[in-house]
Amino acid sequence: MYDAVAETVRIEGARILATLIRTVGDVQLAEDAVQEATLAALGAWPVTGVPPEPRAWLTVTARRKAIDIIRRERARAEKERQGSELLELSRPSTVTGDPAGIEAGQAADDDLLRLIFTCCHPTLSPPTRVALALRTLCGLSPAAIADVMLTTEAATAKRLTRARHKIAAANIPYRVPPEAELADRLPAVCAVIHGLYTSGHAPPDGEPAYNLDLCTEAIRLAELLHGLLPQQPMPTAVLALLLLTEARRPARLDADGEVVTLERQDRSLWDAAAIDRGIALLNDSLERSGRQADPYQLQAAIAAEHARAAVYSITDWREIVRLYELLLSVAPTPSAQLAHAVAVAETEGPEAGLALLAEQRGSRTHAVRAELLARLERYPEAIDELSRAEPATAAERRHQERRIEEFSRRSSSRGRC
Amino acid sequence: MTQYLALTYTADVDWWAPEQAAELAEYRQFAIDHADKIQASAVLHPTTTATVVRVEGARGGQVVTTDGPYAETKEALTGYYLIEADDLEAAVAIAAELPAARNGAVELRPVILARAAEAQ
Repeated sequence: MYDAVAETVRIEGARILATLIRTVGDVQLAEDAVQEATLAALGAWPVTGVPPEPRAWLTVTARRKAIDIIRRERARAEKERQGSELLELSRPSTVTGDPAGIEAGQAADDDLLRLIFTCCHPTLSPPTRVALALRTLCGLSPAAIADVMLTTEAATAKRLTRARHKIAAANIPYRVPPEAELADRLPAVCAVIHGLYTSGHAPPDGEPAYNLDLCTEAIRLAELLHGLLPQQPMPTAVLALLLLTEARRPARLDADGEVVTLERQDRSLWDAAAIDRGIALLNDSLERSGRQADPYQLQAAIAAEHARAAVYSITDWREIVRLYELLLSVAPTPSAQLAHAVAVAETEGPEAGLALLAEQRGSRTHAVRAELLARLERYPEAIDELSRAEPATAAERRHQERRIEEFSRRSSSRGRC
Repeated sequence: MTQYLALTYTADVDWWAPEQAAELAEYRQFAIDHADKIQASAVLHPTTTATVVRVEGARGGQVVTTDGPYAETKEALTGYYLIEADDLEAAVAIAAELPAARNGAVELRPVILARAAEAQ
């Protein structure tokens, strides 16, 4: 019961917060009010049951709490401005004529978009954008955010406080960018969502303190952004990419929690519906955009190529190499270079892949180089490379140990021949 | 409306030197273009002319001055503009037109207005 209540509150929270920020014009005040309304709900609902319109209940309560807070802090600066807001707040919403004062439909959507663009404003640092998104859009506590961002609760709380202060003091606008600026502003928003998914996909070592699935949160945000801006190719491509990646998740670990590499995955475990939707979204995104494909479209296209192959052996590696080359021309990241080398090794042989990795550094590079060396039966070198890799998770560490054992076994059996 | 102090950080130039004339003209043109938004502005003599002042101990203590800027940095504070803008995005758009944004950096700092400070 408690969890269901907490989940409703958390999911509805972002929309309520978004509307309240616009009405009170202050992120901190709105957040405090939503927080107090949340506590009220968590206290009342387990006793009274969840009301038929939870969002309405929370909205009304949050507004009342905001009025209380403003009253309490009346003596503070800008009391005249807030005094007039107090009047606005106590009046039922005139926009929708809704007596409960709930912003519905378009108005609520606009508020949510404003909140998304403010949280992901380019004048805030990338980690601050992520922290703000998790706080205001996903409703996570500073402790949970610290857990996923690999930092402390105190540091997260300080980061959030500074961010809210900057938004207020530097007057970062609370609005959706005009159509002409959307193309410039969407990459920051999409990077936050994609970054959330990626960090959820490779969770840090150990048991997480919070039972929280970042991948699910990221997909929820991607769905939200695509739903709000269905005409925009970039959010569509992000959603396609996340769905196509998520579709393979059930096959990534076996029953014992061990890593299963792509060529050994049981493809019947892949989520066919998610793959179909991902491919449809990708096509839609490509149709809506100009000639130059963006990095999300290209990564989604690569994921789609893998998803289309019913068995590993029929993977179209030439097309994948081509897509990686396009990706490297628009976004030359180390992970794309690595994946490109893997694809080249499939089409032109392990030597060609190794040649591309000659200059590359990093833990995952060692692991990839080790696999390519092993294919050339250069086992001692492969073992040397693999022992230099630093796996991020316990499952990856076990995988590394297993491979090292295998390489040494093959190496010694070859020696005996 | 929010006021921002746009601080220009560039090479530590002498604005009176003839080779700076073209760039100085650009700054003047910027000030003319945004005259309605600029409350105050100045370009500064190089940091070799700077003096740092400190008072030792309590108020009324010994005044100690040192020659040179407060911090030795590769890019020096070479000028400022007090800008009034609707919000940070508008201020960024104006600051981006300063030559310093191309060949150095512009730091935008929101200003606490005296009236709001008194109300605290």
